[in-house]
Amino acid sequence: MADQTIGAHEETRRDFLYVATGAVAAVGAAMAIWPFIDQMNPAADVLALSSIEVDLSPVPVGQQITVNWRGKPVFVRHRTEADIEEARAVPIEELRDPQTDEERVVKPEWLVMVGICTHLGCVPLADQGDFDGWFCPCHGSHYDSSGRIRKGPAPLNLAIPGYAFIDDTTIRVG
Amino acid sequence: MQALLNNGFIRWFDNRLPVLSWTNHHMMEYPAPRNLNYAWNFGSLAGLALVLQIVTGIVLAMHYTPHADMAFDSVERIMRDVNYGWLLRYMHANGASFFFIVVYLHIARGLYYGSYKAPREVLWWLGLVILLLMMATAFMGYVLPWGQMSFWGATVITNLFSAIPLIGEPIVQWLWGGFAVGNATLNRFFSLHFLLPFVIVGVVVLHLWALHHKKSNNPLGIDYKGPQDFIPFHPYYTIKDAFGAGVFLILFAIFLFYAPNYMGHPDNYIPADPLVTPAHIVPEWYFLPFYAILRAIPDKLGGVLAMGASIFILFLLPWLDTSRIRSATFRPVFKWFFWLLMIDLVVLGFCGANPPEGFWVPLSQVATVYYFLHFLILLPLIGWFERPRPLPDSIAKPVLKA
Repeated sequence: MADQTIGAHEETRRDFLYVATGAVAAVGAAMAIWPFIDQMNPAADVLALSSIEVDLSPVPVGQQITVNWRGKPVFVRHRTEADIEEARAVPIEELRDPQTDEERVVKPEWLVMVGICTHLGCVPLADQGDFDGWFCPCHGSHYDSSGRIRKGPAPLNLAIPGYAFIDDTTIRVG
Repeated sequence: MQALLNNGFIRWFDNRLPVLSWTNHHMMEYPAPRNLNYAWNFGSLAGLALVLQIVTGIVLAMHYTPHADMAFDSVERIMRDVNYGWLLRYMHANGASFFFIVVYLHIARGLYYGSYKAPREVLWWLGLVILLLMMATAFMGYVLPWGQMSFWGATVITNLFSAIPLIGEPIVQWLWGGFAVGNATLNRFFSLHFLLPFVIVGVVVLHLWALHHKKSNNPLGIDYKGPQDFIPFHPYYTIKDAFGAGVFLILFAIFLFYAPNYMGHPDNYIPADPLVTPAHIVPEWYFLPFYAILRAIPDKLGGVLAMGASIFILFLLPWLDTSRIRSATFRPVFKWFFWLLMIDLVVLGFCGANPPEGFWVPLSQVATVYYFLHFLILLPLIGWFERPRPLPDSIAKPVLKA
């Protein structure tokens, strides 16, 4: 009796063929979709521009240059002794995103950071704000002389890109 | 589908916007003649090709630059740098050819089985409108890579309008937006090439509306007598169309991966140069028969008119064919002339592909005359004098007897 009510539709070879056909079509469609998604990722020529070399020799102490790396501003700051001392005197437990100044530099006099506010992506202004560093005009985030977030809505310190000194006055970013 | 409609929320939604019951009505329950053969696969394949062109085209437009100075390089960047750009562009270029292949076969099916006859004349007209829109779209798309063939193809085709007496010259300058094909032309062609496929989608909807209103023709070409002549579209023709789509995609993949430039011209990999015309310019293969008709007439205006007439004559076909029998299966004389017309079109294609010299000139003239002879003289006469073979009583009878 139970068989008659529940098993009214028996499984047949046709059911198997339907499921198999559908499965092949679904896998094929999924594989065919990938090129249409991947085409929006950065293209080969964009990736080829992903590292740049920067000559540091023209930047005097206390000054900053901004270079374009992957379409983003990178701040290269030639810091004064006062800047460095101020950054290193900050007690680490006061920081929202705890990081020592030593962790953020290769050579203490050169601070290299992505100049994009970690709040919503504006470019902070140099030599402004309450901490002798940077100030973002969009929503009022203050960064110190090491580029660490001290006040305002941004959650993280200004990002440090991967970079290395090729010689004393040249770095390669990326 | 029926199981879905048992769900409370879906029933509530369908009651307010009947998408599901509409889909069920038109794509599942839709009664299709039970005797359709594989010649009836090309309609759904044309739909598949259209979707493929729109999807790849939208993606290509994300990387293409419609400017005379940058278009060629942006296409080369798609080929070299954009992820899978080579695949997407080859899909689009070969997809255009495959779209025309299936549409021409679809039209040939209609010619053979008399699908243009009453009560399907409007369905036939809408199909021809789609063909004209496809031709315009394909032509403008071919201009976009801004290679030598693009540039000179655009020059030659737009100059067709200069054959119009008095206003021809101003019309051509209006089309160009200048005194020659240039950046303004490229920009408007890009805009229209993006627009027209969606116009095609609109006409396809009307085409399907007309089809579902009068129902499909069938290989016997006889009217349906009752429900025994039909089977539901799903699963019988969904699965048959899916099988056809598989075969189509295999053939498409062979060209795509092993001969992606077979149907193109190497000259189009040379950047457009307004000062030098390539030695031998030909349109894409799907325009060759019409190109041959254009060149067959030794008069500028005459050639243009003949080429236009070769397509517009098809709009009159339902009345030029005087036979009331639809399917060539029961028309012993018409059947021969159908195949002669097909051979004539292939001959015209070869004439269009070869330079207009030597025997190609008289051959293309004979083939052009025959093309018009077929429609204007032979079809009406065959309809009057042919004695058709006896028609079966119903669609169902021969099927069920076997």
